[in-house]
Amino acid sequence: MSDINIIIKDRAGNIHKVLAPTDMAMNLMEIVRSYELAPEGTIGVCGGIAMCASCQCYINSNHSLPEAGDEEEAMLSEAFNVQENSRLGCQISITKELEGLSFELAPE
Amino acid sequence: MIKTDIIIIGAGPTGLFAVFEAGLLKLKCHLIDALPQAGGQCSEIYPKKPIYDIPGFPEILAGDLTRNLLEQCKQFEPGFTLGERAENITKDKNGIFTVITNKGTQHQAPVVAIAGGLGSFEPRKPMLENINFYEGKGVEYIIKDPEIYRDKRIVIAGGGDSALDWSIFLANIAKEVTLIHRRNEFRGALDSLEKVRELHKKNKITIITPAEITKLKGKEKIESLTVTKDKIETEIDIDHFIPLFGLSPKLGPIGNWDLEIEKNAIKVNTFDYQTSVPGVFAIGDINTYPGKLKLILCGFHEATLMCQSAYKIINPGKKHVFRYTTVSGVDGFDGTRKEAKKPVIQAINE
Repeated sequence: MSDINIIIKDRAGNIHKVLAPTDMAMNLMEIVRSYELAPEGTIGVCGGIAMCASCQCYINSNHSLPEAGDEEEAMLSEAFNVQENSRLGCQISITKELEGLSFELAPE
Repeated sequence: MIKTDIIIIGAGPTGLFAVFEAGLLKLKCHLIDALPQAGGQCSEIYPKKPIYDIPGFPEILAGDLTRNLLEQCKQFEPGFTLGERAENITKDKNGIFTVITNKGTQHQAPVVAIAGGLGSFEPRKPMLENINFYEGKGVEYIIKDPEIYRDKRIVIAGGGDSALDWSIFLANIAKEVTLIHRRNEFRGALDSLEKVRELHKKNKITIITPAEITKLKGKEKIESLTVTKDKIETEIDIDHFIPLFGLSPKLGPIGNWDLEIEKNAIKVNTFDYQTSVPGVFAIGDINTYPGKLKLILCGFHEATLMCQSAYKIINPGKKHVFRYTTVSGVDGFDGTRKEAKKPVIQAINE
């Protein structure tokens, strides 16, 4: 099995424990969409190129994540509701190191 | 009043290809788009990004795809209403639709094809309590007429290209230009950054970073705003506040057109991509049906099938058969004709 466990808090505050594959080149935004935890059209609007911030999430666990690139930094500098632990879900790939990751979706 | 055969709402790739397919059936199209240029997301969000899944193009930049689609449909002379958002739709007793934009432009046709992609691109508004009150009273999200800022005190907020470019442009028109950004770093073209730096040195642009605008004040129109930097609040007297935080797509008024909506998209049948309202079709990213994929190539397919039904609505009872362009050529409305070269039949050894 190449799945990992991820905990996602949706925008309504509900908590979902989901399995995410590590071998499908998916990212956090895509996992949210694949489990339909946010309505289509409210997440991943730009398709996942760090151009819209609709997949902004707050990372609640202490996993070491790949550093945000220039495009992600720039988008987060313009987005609203940004916190210290804000990241764009589309820029974080699912890898086995993320086992147990916990994050919540930022408001729309 | 603009009259045409098919009103296409949205001038992205799907809408542009629909013009071509309609043209093959001698149907004329008029496109409406909220953005000032054709191309939709391809030209607004990612013109310089490559697309790898357009059949026949191993790699093509989104901007180039738009240019090619415009070139491909040019011979069918589409009309354009750009920079206006389709606001309202009505149907008269003869089955003719009238689509009115937010600027009052009226369009009439027996068929409407909504190719609106993600919706219309609207400016992203900063979360300030009373900002709606000041819209049109000193707060503008889009600069239409720079002259209104002549000799005025302007605050621009944002850290991207449009904030930089407009700061540069207005530095020579306005009395004062203040640029406020939440971070120290701006993101933009190198020469824009350098120009802003230069204008800042000459005291033509005041830059306040990292800072946020936290309050707006004014009785009938905006008179001042509060900037918070390092937890210290400063009030600045202004005439105009221009927040430039980019655009985000919204389904917008189409959501109120009495069409069946599911998952923020318009429900269609997969026979001809007609919506719950006969004569109104939805094609491309804006529609949904079982198995839907939001892909440009699927939009092309949907546009092609939609045109066949549009023909039947526009020309009831009139016969036509589906033909290959290679066989029949393409007759443009502009008088041009494209066709395969005919072989010459001649004896060589006489």
